[in-house]
Amino acid sequence: MYWEKEIETLDREQLTQLQSKRLQETMQRASKTSYYKKLFEQLHIQPEKISTLKDLQNIPPTTKEDLRSGFPYGFLATPLEEVVRLHSSSGTTGVPAIIYHSVSDINSWSNLVARSLYGVGVRKNDIFQNMMSYGLFTGGLGMHYGAEKIGTLVIPIAAGNSKRQIWFLKNFQTTVIHIIPSYALLLSNLIKSEGLDSSRDLNLKIMLIGAEPHSEETRQRIEELYQAKAFNSYGLSEMNGPGVAFECAYQNGLHVWEDAYFLEIVNPKTLEPCPAGELGEMILTNLNRQATPILRYRTKDLAYWIDEPCPCGRTHYRISRIQGRTDDMFIYHGVNIFPIQIDKVLMNNPEVGSNYLITLERKDLRDTMKVEIEIKPELFIGDLPKLERLRERIQAEIRSETLVTPEITLVEPGTLPTTEGKAVRVVDKRQL
Amino acid sequence: MAHQVSIFAENKPGRIEKLTRLFTEASINIRAITISSANGFGVIKVLVDQPHKAFEILRGQGIPSYLQEVIAVIMEDLPGGLHRVAEVLAENSINIEDAYGFVVMSGKNAILIIQVESQPRAQSVLERNNFQLLTDEEIYKY
Ligand SMILES: [Zn+2]
Repeated sequence: MYWEKEIETLDREQLTQLQSKRLQETMQRASKTSYYKKLFEQLHIQPEKISTLKDLQNIPPTTKEDLRSGFPYGFLATPLEEVVRLHSSSGTTGVPAIIYHSVSDINSWSNLVARSLYGVGVRKNDIFQNMMSYGLFTGGLGMHYGAEKIGTLVIPIAAGNSKRQIWFLKNFQTTVIHIIPSYALLLSNLIKSEGLDSSRDLNLKIMLIGAEPHSEETRQRIEELYQAKAFNSYGLSEMNGPGVAFECAYQNGLHVWEDAYFLEIVNPKTLEPCPAGELGEMILTNLNRQATPILRYRTKDLAYWIDEPCPCGRTHYRISRIQGRTDDMFIYHGVNIFPIQIDKVLMNNPEVGSNYLITLERKDLRDTMKVEIEIKPELFIGDLPKLERLRERIQAEIRSETLVTPEITLVEPGTLPTTEGKAVRVVDKRQL
Repeated sequence: MAHQVSIFAENKPGRIEKLTRLFTEASINIRAITISSANGFGVIKVLVDQPHKAFEILRGQGIPSYLQEVIAVIMEDLPGGLHRVAEVLAENSINIEDAYGFVVMSGKNAILIIQVESQPRAQSVLERNNFQLLTDEEIYKY
């Protein structure tokens, strides 16, 4: 069950020592980049004096804007000829944040992905259909390399084209897929409408789901729909991509690969460290990246530490699933709301179908929040009072989860906008 | 035993038109239709000559639909008849969930459709009290 038993089960003290050693190496590499060189000079930081993880906190965090400001080579620590690949983060506008990778960077990243996949049971004889975008986005290639390292047969089908996805799932009897959770929900409808039954016609065993925050309830629903185990995958392109943290067979939190990343979870306002169980922003530092070492990267992803040891025997600490992002939280009537809170309520109701949309509007100077929910055709029993009770129940459950009362509308299946990429769950028209 | 098909629909223009078009294309005749709605959505109930076929067509379209047994009673005049049926059911503690009636072609008779919780019991109670119950085919004889 371990890909690298020694490192995965290294005792905490040795793991901390390894982190310190690698942090020192990272500091040396960082001081070769023009961005950090300048930063260290300005703040009179002597990189060789940063040897403990506590010292690291003297360095101000690096933001996505900082990465952009360093375009094109501000964060490059090696000669360009050592670089074999670049990726960029999904910037919507302006200059992208570029991450360069050397041969050893690609190898160690692939190894982390292989470690993650092997840990949830992916083996050489598996058939792995990779339904993520390839290209600059790291989800596709990152997982591809890791799966190849294990020796699985990889189908690099990439995202989109649902009919072709289903054709391959069926005709190759794919056993492992990598998929965005909201797309998994939509795809299951299409599988049904092709007259296929997941447990009879498909052979899926393992699903790797990631790239967007999702609730435990969504995971359970996906597992039910596909009759396969779904494991939560976490990564971001600034920190390579997939393989930063991954669930193990116990599906109870994600192990952060601490030999490669140093994680802090902090209060996003004060940057004070959060104790276990307290939600905060994840700040990540590369510990072994050659070409683009990044120190204290503000991920904007929110999670909390789990401080109990995991029964799987891995010593790398676990974090909760991602609860949201500091920038996808919205404020409604003065209350902070994360879409995942609503996701949790909806996915817990079997009558709810696979798609929903939260719309915020401003009417006559007053904010309104509407949740449109597609109903599941199989569970409709022709009863209007029952639908009305469902509507009221969902409204009450959202109120007890978020403290606000949205307007709830039940809609026909397949009528809300869909996407084969990340789902649009919230439309905020208030600023327009 | 008669059957009724219920359809979930949003309160948006064109929903009835879509249904009637699907039924016309499949040569399904509609005998009665009722619509009830609440907050932005509703349920359309139809009585058709081929309920099983209608149900399969709707499901094939991904439209949330439900096929269920209902009681169809033929009677001479609707208002008084409705009262007598309700009385008999109430005496036997059977709840009526929904009911609607329509006058058939001859203009003399009316058919009352009743949806109850305990379908078989309601049926035997009504038969014992000499009400005439209709099957899907029989509804179309009148
Ligand atoms: Zn574990």
